[in-house]
Parts: sequence; structure tokens; C-alpha cells
Amino acid sequence: MAKELWKGNEAIAEAAVRAGLEAYFGYPITPQTEVLEYLAKRMPELGRAFVQAESELGAINMVYGAACTGVRVMSSSSSPGMSLMMEGISYIAGTEVPAVLVNVMRGGPGLGNIAPAQGDYNQAVHGGGHGDYQAIVLAPASVQEAIDLTVLSFDLAEKYRAICMVILDGCVGQMMEPAEMPEMRPVRREDWDWNTDGKMGKRERRILSSIYIDPVEEEKTNLRLLNRWRTIQANEVRYKEYFLDDAEIVIVGFGTAGRVALSAVREARAQGIKVGLLRPITVSPFPYEVLDQLSGRVDAFLVTEMNSGQMLEDVRLAVKGRVPVEFYGRLGGVVPFPDEILNEIHRMVKVKLSADVHPRDAWLERMAHA
Amino acid sequence: MQKEIIISGFGGQGVLFAGQVIAYAAMDSGKQVTWIPSYGPEMRGGTANCTVVIADQEIGSPLVEHPPLAIALNLPSFDKYEAMMQTGGTLIVNKSMVDRASKRNDIQAIMIPCNEIAEEIGDKKLTNMVAAGALLSALPEVSLQMIEAALKAHLPARHQHLLPKNYEALRRGFEFAKAQVQ
Amino acid sequence: MATENLVYDRPEGFTDTPTHYCPGCTHGVAHRLVAEVLEEMNVIDRTIGVAPVGCSVFAYNYFDTDFVEAPHGRAPAMATGIKRVMPDRIVFTYQGDGDLASIGMGEIVHAAARGENITVIFINNANYGMTGGQMAPTTLPGMKTTSSPNGRDVETQGYPIKVSEMLSTLEGVGYCVRRSLHDPKNIRLAKKAIRTAFETQARGLGFSMVELLSTCPTNWGMTPVNSLKFVEEHMVPFYPLGDYKMSDAIKQIKI
Repeated sequence: MAKELWKGNEAIAEAAVRAGLEAYFGYPITPQTEVLEYLAKRMPELGRAFVQAESELGAINMVYGAACTGVRVMSSSSSPGMSLMMEGISYIAGTEVPAVLVNVMRGGPGLGNIAPAQGDYNQAVHGGGHGDYQAIVLAPASVQEAIDLTVLSFDLAEKYRAICMVILDGCVGQMMEPAEMPEMRPVRREDWDWNTDGKMGKRERRILSSIYIDPVEEEKTNLRLLNRWRTIQANEVRYKEYFLDDAEIVIVGFGTAGRVALSAVREARAQGIKVGLLRPITVSPFPYEVLDQLSGRVDAFLVTEMNSGQMLEDVRLAVKGRVPVEFYGRLGGVVPFPDEILNEIHRMVKVKLSADVHPRDAWLERMAHA
Repeated sequence: MQKEIIISGFGGQGVLFAGQVIAYAAMDSGKQVTWIPSYGPEMRGGTANCTVVIADQEIGSPLVEHPPLAIALNLPSFDKYEAMMQTGGTLIVNKSMVDRASKRNDIQAIMIPCNEIAEEIGDKKLTNMVAAGALLSALPEVSLQMIEAALKAHLPARHQHLLPKNYEALRRGFEFAKAQVQ
Repeated sequence: MATENLVYDRPEGFTDTPTHYCPGCTHGVAHRLVAEVLEEMNVIDRTIGVAPVGCSVFAYNYFDTDFVEAPHGRAPAMATGIKRVMPDRIVFTYQGDGDLASIGMGEIVHAAARGENITVIFINNANYGMTGGQMAPTTLPGMKTTSSPNGRDVETQGYPIKVSEMLSTLEGVGYCVRRSLHDPKNIRLAKKAIRTAFETQARGLGFSMVELLSTCPTNWGMTPVNSLKFVEEHMVPFYPLGDYKMSDAIKQIKI
């Protein structure tokens, strides 16, 4: 199929349709609204379900209901709306039904603004909803990747009966890039062994619930989820490497922060600095292992994020203090320019790095004197 | 090769579309390209801008701080981006909407009366295409023919009858800029 | 030779499970009426129920249909998700007054406004039963609960919400009535209303809801008999029984 110029949000919507999306429930919020608007037109054309819900609370529970029937279902939102969805997300995780959620992140906390940000990393990766659960979280950095990962998210959600979130910042949602759509997959209704679509004379009744009144049973459920998560960790880690073969400094960044870093890395390479980039594509499960290996052969890491260093803590866990980990972030909706990251690379080459100070504190110090 | 372009003006001047046309032309000629708008409240009548990056390889940052190429369709955009231009860059300025010359002598500011040219062609909505044509004089990677083909290929059917005037606007802008540079 | 006629049995819509409800609570009656209707309409096989949070949280244990369990108040949204992808199934929610009229007010109003083709069984017993008898949106003025120990003071605690009256103003609602479960005659009327509500859904005639005035002897601190009297003497006057919305098409339905 030929490449077309696709806007990130619309590309995600069409990719979901082609992956067999049978129902979409959402609520308008910038910078995500094009997903809703696109599907408002597209889904009825195909005879599929679309509802603009009364709130994100309504939307996530419609997703929950449809997910229980075993169809491919999705919602999308942006940061404040995702916060409202957290209740339903925990229930969906506890009920072990597959659902795909897209978060086009914006500046926060609170109402914040509508500019691109990555401040919901912790919410997506380290919980957000109550209780013990993990979601698969994919972080595209381009429109093509947004398409590919949206399709993948449905497959992963179904494979593991889990929530699969696609998190991107407003940049990826709003930008247009040439991209290729996958072929249209037929909508299929599997005879799962768990879905509640009516007995229909075929089987005994089924109940889907996140209630386990007996703590022992709840513990068993938690352990089942945890073991499933270990399988996901073993099989589903994805990342992209740039110039890592001889790198002495490795930048780690996801989404837009990662691709901005790529520009800085290229510039630094042109200046003869041996720097590479690791761009996590799954931020959950996180690529701990490759970072662990890299930390044995590189001099230092630089984590760049459009937040206050949320992924930074995961990188530090992986690196285990073997080499210095530095941090550079912009927040609140500010997108860094490549020069800012290049300056950090120059600094790391020039000065002796210390592992004594927490990288976030050191960065705050530098910001204060900038 | 990598070229970054910022196109800026009032909402309604066709800033975003001008960027998309250039992006389409770049895509159709096999280049990597990104187009990113400023989005949000400024869509409702304030200033609007978009950034287009054209390259041979995977594009990193979709945004640029100091562009080598820019179009300023109004005075606020001229004020803002004139100061941010890369040394040696080319800034297309809509002379119809500004009342001053460029303050920088290390960039090439091409002053072109886009509104008047568009009105001569018979549609003042073509201001953006006049400016886009002028920009091509400093962007050899995208030819007039490529951008005309892109317009034809991607303009919705209901707008196809506007193609001849769009072509004319592009050519007039291109020729005006060439003549001014010479 | 004398013949024995079986006059009372467990409806097919029920599983063989003793309920967890308190003695004298009318949840069991409401459950049975729903199960009888599902059996009579021969739709047990294609019904999906949505349980609430509240005393009837375990409703899914008692009906022999597929069931899901919603977050507190969100049953109408879940039911919407199910019905939109499975329009040929019968989908119903079973919700108490805290669930439906307090935390879930947004979901119920908008499901009704959209005319979702689902059926809602709404149990109004004027308090939060499961958490031990706190004030609900439906608690009567002056009524004592654990969170209105001096009686509901409408000046500071607001007025009760008459849900059937309110929802009946919405265009999307096909059928919306209030019944009571305090005596056999009213129970028979309630069953007829539940049947009409499910018929409304089966015929695609829009949102249907039956509000059922119910007892809570344990939290009200009354004997079962006195609690039935309380419904008749105090709740029915405040929450008048009647048909608040019945579209013309539904009036034609003969049961």
C-alpha cells in the first residue's frame, strides 16, 4: 500500500479500524480529539459501534462492558481524561479482559495545558489505578510507529487478556508524516473461553468480575496477573537502537524526546563524539536488560524526557550505579530542541561526572543557573 | 540533506495548508518529511504556524529553533521569526502585511506583496500559495513541478477546479522571488 | 386419587443458590420477578446482566445468565458497551439507589438520554444497605440513618431525588414506571411492569426502567412486617406509584 501523509491521531484511528476495532467509546479532549472525530465518521460507515460518552468515566466503562463480550474495543483521551479513566482501568485489569487505550499526553498536573508532554509515564507504567496490576505500554515516536503499535496493541491485549496502552505526546498526535496503513483485517469474533456474550445454548453461564471476596482467592488472582506479567516481560520488550556499537555515552529517551535526541546524537557524531541512542518502544515492560548490558560497556547515560525524570528512575534501576546517569528534561508542555541535548552531551564530555548527586537534583541545579 | 521550514501567519491565511502542500511534494518525491502545526486556541483567529522538515534520512526533531527557511505572512510572524532565522537563511515576507524592512543583514529577506499578487490572480485566498512559490526559490529539493503534481494529487475533487489559479499563484511567487534575488 | 399440583418452584432464570440477603429484604422478591420474566420471555440464553456495587453486588450469583460486575454506579455505561456490540442480546442492569442515583447519576441520565435499548431495575430502599445504612439520595426527609443520625435535615443535607419523575422528562426513555414490593397486589403489578420493560427492550423501543420501592429491615431497624408497612405508609406517599413515561408503541404491548 502506498504511503500517505497521515496525522498521528487520525492514523491511530484508522489503524485501529484496520486491526478490527468493533467499538469505540470516547470523549473530546485536546490534543486527542481527532481520534474521536475520525471514528465518529468511520465507525458508522462500517456498521461498527461508536458512542461519544458523557465523560471519560462513562467511556471507560463502556469499553469495559464491550471488552467483556470479547470484541476489539478502544478508547482514547489525553492526560486529565486518563486520570478519570483510572477507576475503570483498574477494574478492567482485575477482570482480565483485553482493552486498548490511547493517551495523547499534554502538560500537567491539573488542567495544565494542551502542549505536548510525557508527564503520565508513571501513571501508565507504574500503576495509576488502584491495586496490583501492570499494563503493557507502548510509546511511538512517529506516525508510522503509532500505526504499527496501535495494531500490535490489539494483538497484545488479546494475547495476554490485559490492558495495552499507547502513550504519545501531542507532537506525535498532531504531526503529519508519510506512513503506510496495514491491510484491512476482517472483524472477527472469537469463541474465547472467558467472554460473556450470552449462553446462546452453547455453554454454562459465565461471570466476569473483579471481585474476589476471599483474600486468598484475591491473592491467587494477583499472583496469576504477576506471573502473566513475567511472561510479558520475557517476550514483549521492544526498543530501537541508534549508533550504539561504539557508543561511550548513551542517551535514553522515548517518544518525541527520543527523536529530538536523535537529532542531537547525529550532530554530536558529526563532531566526532561517540554517542548513541536507545529509544524504548515498550516503556512497560521496560527494557531493563539491554540497559543492564550497556552499563557494562559505556561510560555514562543521559536520560531525556518531557517530564521531571519519571523514566529516569527505571534507567537507574537497570544501571545499578555502575556508571553515571545524567538527566535532562523539559516539562509542562515544553518540547526540547536538539541543541539543548547537544549541550548536555558536550558537558558530559568535558566535566567529570559524579554519581554522588541524584541526577534530577543535579539537573535542577543546572536549570537554576541557566 | 535536511531542511527545516517554518510557515507563520494569521489563522485563516492558509499557513497550515501551505506547509502540507510542501510536505506532500516532498513525500511524493521520496523524501522523509514531517509537518507539525501549532495547535490549540491559536487556531481560532490568532497566529498560526507549522514546521515542515524535509530530509533524506529518519527525521529526529520535528521542531526547529533556528530555521534556515521561513515564511512570515504577517507582521507578528515577521517580528518573531526574523530574529530566530539561521544565519544565511531565507525569509519570505508578505510585504502586503508589514510596514518595515528587515533588520538583519545576515539573512536574505525576500519582500513580496503576496496579497496584491493573489488579488491580481483573482482570489485573495491564494496568498499562501504565492508565498510557497517564493519559498521554492530557496528550496531546490522541491521543484515547482513537484508541488503542482502534489496539489493535483491531494486536493479534494471538489477543489480541483481551483488548480489553475493555484499553479499561477505558485509560479508568480516563484518568479517574483527569483527576480528579487537576482 | 388425589393429584398434587406444583404451584411454586424456582424459576429457570435462577441458579440453585441461596441468596445472601437479610430476612425480610425485598431484593429476593425483585430478583425472582426478573428471573420469572426472563423465563416467560424465553430469553435466558441470550441475556447478559450487569450487577452494581451495593447489597445486590452478588446478584450475578443468582441468575442463570451471563453476568458482569460493574464499578459503583457505572452499570448503565457497561450495559451500553455490551448492548452496542451485541444488539440482539437482552441487557439489563440491577442497581440500588446509592449506585444509580448518587455516584452513578451521570451514567444513568446519559444512558437514558441516549435511549440505550437496555432495561434498568432500580431498587429504592432509601439508604445505603451494604455499607450499613447511610443516607442515600433517596432517604426521606427526617429519616434517620447512620450518616443522618438526627434525621435527614433537608436544609443541610438536601432533598431526596425522585428518579422516575426526573428520567421521564428525557426523550430517549421509552418506559419508566415506579412500583412497590410491599404487598402481593403490588408485587403482581411490579412483575407486569418488569415484563413490559423487557418487552420494550426486545422490541427496540428505547430505554426502560422500573423503580421498585423496597425494604431494608436490618438498617431501618424494623421487623420485616413493619418495614413493609413503612414502605406503604411513608415511602409510597413521597414516591407516588405510577407510569411516568410510556410511549404510544409500548401502550400497545399486550402482556
